[in-house]
Amino acid sequence: MADKVKMVKIVVLGEGFDVPEDLTIINALEYAGFQLTHGVGCREGFCGACGTIYREKGDYKLQAGLACQTVVSDGMYLAQIPFVPAEKPVYDITKLKPDITAIKDNYPIVFRCVACNTCSKVCPQDLEVMDYVQALIRGDIERAADLSFDCIRCGLCALRCPAEIVQYNSAMLARRLCGRYLLPESKDLTSRVKEIAEEKYDKELDELVKMNLKKLKERYYSRDIKLFDH
Amino acid sequence: MYPESMQESIKKVKKTRSERLKLVKSGKEIYSMMTEKEREVVLNKFHPDYQPDARRKIRIGPNKGEELTTEVADLLETYSRIDPKDFDLTKLDYETDVLVIGAGSAGFAAALLAEENGVDVLLVTKLRIGDSNSMMAQGGIQAAVRPDDSPVLHYLDAIGGGHFENKPELVRALTAEAPDGINWLKDHGVMFDRNPDGTMITKSGGGTSRLRMHSARDYTGAAICATLRDEVLNRPDHIKILEHQPVVELIKDNTGKVSGAVLYHLENREYFTIKAKATIITTGGFGRLHIRNYETTNHYGATADGLVISYRVGAKLMYMDSVQYHPTGAIYPQQIIGFLCTEKLRALGAQPLNKKAEPFVNPLEPRDVESSAFIRECLERKKGIKTPSGHIGVWLDTPLIDQINGKGAIQASVPAMVRQFARFDVDMIAEPILVYPTLHYQNGGVEINAQCETNIPGLFVAGEASGGLHGRNRLMGNSQLDLIIFGRRAGKFAADYAKGAKIGKLTLDHIYEYEKDVKKLGIDRSKISPMVLPDYIPDAVKAKQLTTKYHGTLR
Repeated sequence: MADKVKMVKIVVLGEGFDVPEDLTIINALEYAGFQLTHGVGCREGFCGACGTIYREKGDYKLQAGLACQTVVSDGMYLAQIPFVPAEKPVYDITKLKPDITAIKDNYPIVFRCVACNTCSKVCPQDLEVMDYVQALIRGDIERAADLSFDCIRCGLCALRCPAEIVQYNSAMLARRLCGRYLLPESKDLTSRVKEIAEEKYDKELDELVKMNLKKLKERYYSRDIKLFDH
Repeated sequence: MYPESMQESIKKVKKTRSERLKLVKSGKEIYSMMTEKEREVVLNKFHPDYQPDARRKIRIGPNKGEELTTEVADLLETYSRIDPKDFDLTKLDYETDVLVIGAGSAGFAAALLAEENGVDVLLVTKLRIGDSNSMMAQGGIQAAVRPDDSPVLHYLDAIGGGHFENKPELVRALTAEAPDGINWLKDHGVMFDRNPDGTMITKSGGGTSRLRMHSARDYTGAAICATLRDEVLNRPDHIKILEHQPVVELIKDNTGKVSGAVLYHLENREYFTIKAKATIITTGGFGRLHIRNYETTNHYGATADGLVISYRVGAKLMYMDSVQYHPTGAIYPQQIIGFLCTEKLRALGAQPLNKKAEPFVNPLEPRDVESSAFIRECLERKKGIKTPSGHIGVWLDTPLIDQINGKGAIQASVPAMVRQFARFDVDMIAEPILVYPTLHYQNGGVEINAQCETNIPGLFVAGEASGGLHGRNRLMGNSQLDLIIFGRRAGKFAADYAKGAKIGKLTLDHIYEYEKDVKKLGIDRSKISPMVLPDYIPDAVKAKQLTTKYHGTLR
């Protein structure tokens, strides 16, 4: 039998609900009888769909977090945010240069950063959001891409930013520029793609497709296994 | 921090760690691999799929008479949530060339390729675009890129891993196009992990004969899915998007082709109709059915909707009798139950231990065998560790990873997971984590050919919703690849098809036909599907929600 769980009261739309104290906000809302149709996603902290704001008992501060990763507390006042309707400019990645011009043309708003660091403080992933915004302002695409790598695009940074910057979308552009233009070329990948285009493996693959089960099993069980870098 | 009740067992784990480390360093196995016979015994007795009531014969539809996973058969033997007579199909709300249902990586790849092949696309999803299982994949994506590897070896690994039941033409397409898929993703800007000289960092995975797993830290799925989403949003002229609107039925024409769909708006509850020359289903899998009451690693929306609507128009399913359970789902803390703890942990040296801190299974048995051994340890041998909420699991001794590979190894290789546990006060670098098998993947789905066509003209399927590619057992890293390779193929072939398609008179009469068979079985009218979203509201609350008409679906 499970040990007895302590209950706490959460407040949703002005109404109090008793829920077990160890639930996350998402689970607590469901426990209280709400069928969620938005502001909920992977429920594991990977998709950023459930960024939300709340207020704790006796506190004036509005706090922000992921509803699937934040545990409720007694007297917590909850709200739900379906998503952050932030701007996403349209661009052709093949026509951009991986430097400050791409940022200027598509996200001129980032230059309004007042370096207040609210974005970093609110980030549920504990990213140094302000630092990557500053990197974008310097045109240091690689640094911005690296610092923002673990971003889950919940949008809470943009929601709280006094300069109205769309941090998470501008970082997405930085990572795409970095992945396409700035990481060193993988020669193995280039040559393998070329080999395949030249149909180097087609004959052997066609044979495998037609091979009878007995022979195929022989091939499979006799294949050599190399799992170390030499 | 673990509660007092679990501390005693943790002390034992700490105490025996240095002994176990010594064993690893001496090159000896921590626990010997099972023989074929031993594997058979543990699978038959403990694997969820092998339990007597795990499967049953489906009594209606194209797979009638075949054994399917019980919960899937139950989901399919149901009524529609709509009555066709309520719809005037001469007045449609939307028209498009290619309709893509489901906005994860497969849906994005399909939408992009359809657009590039010169047609208009309508992309619809029941949540936000990008909210999907694709976004959650941690481990990696396979592709034979290293000089010592080849598509031929990848082919052998995939088909052997699937116990030679995979459809060969699908495996061929998957493995031959994999490097190009990686290259395509790179060109869209996915930051794959690379060495300073540019070579791809590649790792092994269960069943791979070469280092073939490409990754983007442990946010691989998110890096891919978010990049493709960004690109889809860059093409608004030809890719239109509708969010928060699940498809609840497909529409056919008088010649039997799939020719559109019915949408249900989750917020304002209106129904809308779409006419489409070709339809692609990329709705993912079924984790949220909680088969055999298992917790799941899956996204909130993984309710097999695509399977249901396809089956109702007569599409054949393949291998819908097998479920992939991942051995290491988190079972403590309460807040993260079911979360995936990647196979990489065991590959790096983390050992499964029982409550007495004894090893009881080799850490790297195949997924189904490893899972069964965990279940045996907990249920039969009673050597699991109980949590305050009454769940039972076994330890995975993660601190060993740093001791074997050097300090910082855990943080560097699985930052997302370290963060995940730290949020709930468990430091997986210093303390073991508690795990139990969790429902992970739908091995089968709607049967497709290499063009992603089903047996019903106009209906294409790609990704986890499709069946045949993985046989009854998928290897790690081949699902992310599946999304890209077959998502692209579906987009291209559906666009080609759409260019020549002539749509006749639209109809929903197939629903009446299907429901006749459901009624003959004496099934209660309250049983409807698709499920759309799972239902986690407690019974006591539900008893007071007096207008709740349906079970397991939206009200």
